[in-house]
Amino acid sequence: MTTPPPWAAEGGQQTHAIAKNDDVVRARQLARTLAQESKLSLVDQTKFITAASELARNTMVYGGGGELRAGLVRRNGRLGVAAVFDDTGPGIADVDLAMTDGWTSGLGLGLGLSGARRLVDEFLLDTEPGRGTTVTIIKWAR
Amino acid sequence: MSERVPVLRIGDILLVSIQVDLEDQTVMNLQEDLAEQIVSRSARGVVIDITAVEIVDSFVGRMLATIASISRLLDAETVVVGMRPAVAITLVELGLSLGGVRTALDLEKGLALLRRSVSRTDRR
Amino acid sequence: MAKQESVSGLVGLLEADGEALADEWVALVAGALGGRISRAELVRELRELYSALLEAIRSGADDAHAEGMSEVRALLTELSRSRARQGFTPSETAVSVLALKRVLEPGLREGAAEKTQAYLQLSRVLDDLALFTIETYTHTREDIISAQADQLMELSTPVVKLWDGVIAVPLVGTLDSARTQVVMEKLLQALVDTGSEQAIIDITGVAAVDTQVAQHLLKTIVAARLMGAECTVSGIRPQIAQTIVALGIEFGDIVTKATLADALQLALMKSGVELVAQQGLQR
Repeated sequence: MTTPPPWAAEGGQQTHAIAKNDDVVRARQLARTLAQESKLSLVDQTKFITAASELARNTMVYGGGGELRAGLVRRNGRLGVAAVFDDTGPGIADVDLAMTDGWTSGLGLGLGLSGARRLVDEFLLDTEPGRGTTVTIIKWAR
Repeated sequence: MSERVPVLRIGDILLVSIQVDLEDQTVMNLQEDLAEQIVSRSARGVVIDITAVEIVDSFVGRMLATIASISRLLDAETVVVGMRPAVAITLVELGLSLGGVRTALDLEKGLALLRRSVSRTDRR
Repeated sequence: MAKQESVSGLVGLLEADGEALADEWVALVAGALGGRISRAELVRELRELYSALLEAIRSGADDAHAEGMSEVRALLTELSRSRARQGFTPSETAVSVLALKRVLEPGLREGAAEKTQAYLQLSRVLDDLALFTIETYTHTREDIISAQADQLMELSTPVVKLWDGVIAVPLVGTLDSARTQVVMEKLLQALVDTGSEQAIIDITGVAAVDTQVAQHLLKTIVAARLMGAECTVSGIRPQIAQTIVALGIEFGDIVTKATLADALQLALMKSGVELVAQQGLQR
């Protein structure tokens, strides 16, 4: 188990199912609302929302659907925003390979995981073949 | 039923202005619509205005690149206009440089760019 | 039991000659600060500190980090912050606490064993409090430095319009990753605001570049292209060119020019402006 993000008390966390195509849009909208609340700069907001969009699509396409938990986080007085994407799909057999630019098991560009990692401050991948995949991302306000 | 983005025509140029947060299916539909209309309306250029777009992820980025490649095969030039700075920075960080896509700061400059390049190919 | 005794010992030590002790303390600190703080202010500060300390010890607090010491710590925080802002050194800040030890020393000469015991105990508390002032002092200085860095960043990164459709950002000094990022975001926004299709990044005044800074420059240039603008880098000094090559950074098809003037000429040409020297005035 990976350690959960340091959720901030205020606001708590929200849970959204990712099951249908338009849930990717909804995941983006939730990420946008939270990124604005956490006082990220405009560029950092855009980076976080884009990363969330990539991961929501991964959960949908490769994980066969799952769940998004997102909320504000606080560590050492710093405010940030976190999102956890959870699926019970096939999992990833070769993590190093999956994190390589341009590698894809499906129809994408293969920038989903590796690209999303570059867009955030913290990126945690927890996966096991047959059990599913959990990706946690955090972006801190500067 | 997913919605469709309207494709406008100005002379021999097709204009698409993206105003809402697009669902993946809508993006795919747009790609098909454009390919079809470049041929049916004998367009020489395509302008995609993304001034209002706050997020371009790899899926939308790939769509832009694909439309550019398709239109080139169909003898039309594609220009993407109005990309916001934050979107551009994010795309670069994501690893997408949209190699074959021509870009312009705004709609006016995009149309001017198309007119220049169309008249150049006509002279050839 | 033992605690009760030690508390009364400490209180006794401090209260024994209260007034004289406080005066001596003020005199010692005033000497160390060389009159850069008014005596009245010093008296007020130290009196407050003295009574808070006495109060804390009476309540049973025998440790600098104890709950009962919170008032003392609050006063010391205020004192350390104001010293840091007024430009005193860390020693000049800690002396306010440490001087009290020296003031208490003479009482030890004729003192009994319990008195020495109490002194040593108080001395530990005061040492910890002195360390606390130094820590607070350092935090305050760090805050001041980071605020100044922010101000400097604002001041030192102007994006200027050179011509209709041509903007430039002259970079000066040491570029770190954070500053480069801020400048670059500003540059891209300026492209939109001014509708400029040409941007010049002039690095004549830059002392050195590292891999990260060079990467930021490259990313900005690619981002500008995505937006429909072109960037030229000018003023790369020989040492920097050597670093760039040594670091193995690929500048690819990015246009570079020796001087800002050359870059401007190129930018003008690309935007369709022709420069013609008037006949007769030509040298």
